[in-house]
Amino acid sequence: MDTTNCYHCGDPCEKEHLVFDDKNFCCNGCKTVYEIFSTNNLAYYYEIQESAGATPKATTNKFNFLDNEEIATKLLEFNEEGVQVAQFLIPHIHCSSCIWVLENLNKLNSGITTAQVDFPKKKVRITFKSNQITLKELALLLARIGYEPNISLEDYQKKTDKKDHSLLYKLGLAGFAFGNVMLLSFPEYFEVGEFWLEQYKHTFRWLMFAFSIPVVLYAAKDYFISAYKGIRSKLLNIDVPIALGILVLFLRSTVDIIMDWGSGFFDSLTGLVFFLLLGRYFQQKTYAYLSFERDYKSYFPIAVTRLSASDQEENIEIHQVKKGDRLLIRNEEILPVDAILIKGKAQIDYSFVTGESEAVLKQSGDRLFAGGKQIGAVIEIEATKSVSQSYLTQLWSNAVFNTNKASNFQTLTDAIGKRFTLAVLTIATLATAFWLWQDPTKALNVFTAVLIIACPCAIALAAPFTLGNLIRIFGKKGFYLKDTNTIERLAKIDTLVFDKTGTLTTHKETEITYHGMPLNDEEAALLKNTLRGSNHPLSRSLYDLLATYDIKTLDSFREDTGKGVTATYNNNTIKLGSASYTDGRNPESSETAVHINYNARHKGKYLFKNAYRKGIEKLFTSLHSKYKLVILSGDNDGEREILEKKFPFKLPMFFNQKPQDKLRYIEQCQKSAHVLMIGDGLNDAGALAQSDVGIAISDDINVFSPACDAILSAEKLNALPSFLGLSKKSIQIIKLSFVLSLCYNLIGLSFAVTGRLEPVIAAILMPLSSISIVVFTTVATNFISRKL
Amino acid sequence: MSVIYMLLTISICVAVVFFFVFILSVKSGQYDDAYTPSVRMLFEDELVTPKENKTTNDKIELNK
Repeated sequence: MDTTNCYHCGDPCEKEHLVFDDKNFCCNGCKTVYEIFSTNNLAYYYEIQESAGATPKATTNKFNFLDNEEIATKLLEFNEEGVQVAQFLIPHIHCSSCIWVLENLNKLNSGITTAQVDFPKKKVRITFKSNQITLKELALLLARIGYEPNISLEDYQKKTDKKDHSLLYKLGLAGFAFGNVMLLSFPEYFEVGEFWLEQYKHTFRWLMFAFSIPVVLYAAKDYFISAYKGIRSKLLNIDVPIALGILVLFLRSTVDIIMDWGSGFFDSLTGLVFFLLLGRYFQQKTYAYLSFERDYKSYFPIAVTRLSASDQEENIEIHQVKKGDRLLIRNEEILPVDAILIKGKAQIDYSFVTGESEAVLKQSGDRLFAGGKQIGAVIEIEATKSVSQSYLTQLWSNAVFNTNKASNFQTLTDAIGKRFTLAVLTIATLATAFWLWQDPTKALNVFTAVLIIACPCAIALAAPFTLGNLIRIFGKKGFYLKDTNTIERLAKIDTLVFDKTGTLTTHKETEITYHGMPLNDEEAALLKNTLRGSNHPLSRSLYDLLATYDIKTLDSFREDTGKGVTATYNNNTIKLGSASYTDGRNPESSETAVHINYNARHKGKYLFKNAYRKGIEKLFTSLHSKYKLVILSGDNDGEREILEKKFPFKLPMFFNQKPQDKLRYIEQCQKSAHVLMIGDGLNDAGALAQSDVGIAISDDINVFSPACDAILSAEKLNALPSFLGLSKKSIQIIKLSFVLSLCYNLIGLSFAVTGRLEPVIAAILMPLSSISIVVFTTVATNFISRKL
Repeated sequence: MSVIYMLLTISICVAVVFFFVFILSVKSGQYDDAYTPSVRMLFEDELVTPKENKTTNDKIELNK
């Protein structure tokens, strides 16, 4: 066997080995891309990163809908005076070679002016001259060099959303003010009563005041809004004491400088806001190229080909498809609606929907469901429903898709915030009451000092930095979370619900087993030789499995596409294929099998099954002791026995679950438990949305996965127990940080209640507590996840 | 003694200019993609050398 790898894509060269220019290529596609690159002076592509390319797919018809002017215009970002700008999402962008070759696209076509890659988003923005190259030609050019753009309904309907830079502005403003106020406040800390300082200190103080105004009014705006909302809904969240602290800091400082009592706490104020916003910024870690909000729209094409009454082809947008329309579906196209097959041989791959990758054969008159992908020849279908009413898309009308899980969940910080606020207010009142009785002149001083020093900056920072850091660590290990809130919800999980197909099983490997009478040598040799001639995917994988026999020339060989093969040799006839083809019987259930008929006798069948992922038994055993486990499958219960054997402990299993059933089951469970749903296909989308945390398993994270809270790369499934365990530990870290910051608060309070809080103490204590919390959480999270 | 006022004015003006430039850079999208430019920066140099070495060969191929 040849072990050389393709120079272009890095795949091992097996079936089709080509040598060109002294380099090995696995297929013609890769060779063509290499030719394009090398003749256009782009061979440097291979120097930056070895084997960076992708095999281009045959897609001549795929972008036909871009001929439709209306659709094309909507995809353009800019379109004036012959210059057009379009942005494409290209999932294959993965290395510096990709950036380089895409940004040098103008060498391939002079109509392209510039191209700029946004690597984290996996997008390329291309400016081109519309009189030299059209949008469709551009898409085809990209596809031809292995960078097939993904154009989905989602891009098309999306309004150009303005990027929200407000947090960066606020952070910049707070940092700017913090720095300047520090410079202005330092002299008074060190040179008390110095002659010149006495002359200028008022200028300094009013300048600090001026710097603080935008910080309070603009940068800290969100805290006031959140606190106000919290109080109005009778919830004392953590933002209440923060907003109170900021407000009191500002007012007290202003009064201090007006009355000339002191220099005020402007440095603590601006520093506090700066650190808080820094925490927010850190928490905002997102995976720009992963989408957690995908619904069916990202899977579906923008347009389909409709046949008019006079058999004219026209491209229409899919939401214009009406019941009764006749549509043309080509190879690799997705059915946008439920339909009836009219003409052609349909071989539908429902892997998007169910996770089952084996294509299903359909004959004219059969019902087809939206979401399936046609493989093979062109088919003609008649829509029986509109897009939004199809079996699959109906799921999205359920209300769960509009609820925000994060907003319904009380975070640990908010839970603490409530008690904290009450405690601070009590201490402030008690201390004030004491001083009113002892020395009324100090009462106001003490009251404000308590509110200032107790401002829970460190508490508010603990969660963002712990969880933000953990999200980054998880991301490096192939577990991508939507937001930090997900970790807190993950820590509460006690029930795990697994989908079967595509989640517990893998698409990549199939397990082939033989059932029936054993084959003798002669029969096996004929079988092998017959398979050699067939190009059907099942034949290919079966061929690779069987032992080698001498190559014989068959007397006759006939392949009926989509049904099976018949061959004769030495008067022996063998028929391979579906049960209906070999024996004229109806196939049993929905199993994938190749039946063998030798000289008109049914010998047996090869059963094809998706193999279970490696280490699944171990995973379940380790999870079983800590969590309640459930399996929900959309398939029939043919696998029940195998599953029961694999997992000897009692495990609830449910089969034949429709998407809606899965959703309802999760809803039922949630009455008494916190449910984690793990699934992969679109049919799990409802359950993923309903569950407390929905994790989508994905073999290739760049490929679509349904809307969820987290995406787990499939080879990391076995690490799930550690991910869950770490989430729990992170909560412990947050709690420890709370204790730590409470210690700081106690020290500060001891100054405050005795009426001795000087601005310089606040200026030291507040940043110190914030920084030590940040250091503690970062070190602690790295420590607990060192073994991951 | 008014020199301190002048110094203050100058220092704050300089600070404000930098702050303004920061705002402009955020607005122009510099912070949207912090990764790609770091890679792109490294390309330029290496691109020039292969071009210069075989300018004659390339021209023929490009003119095809």
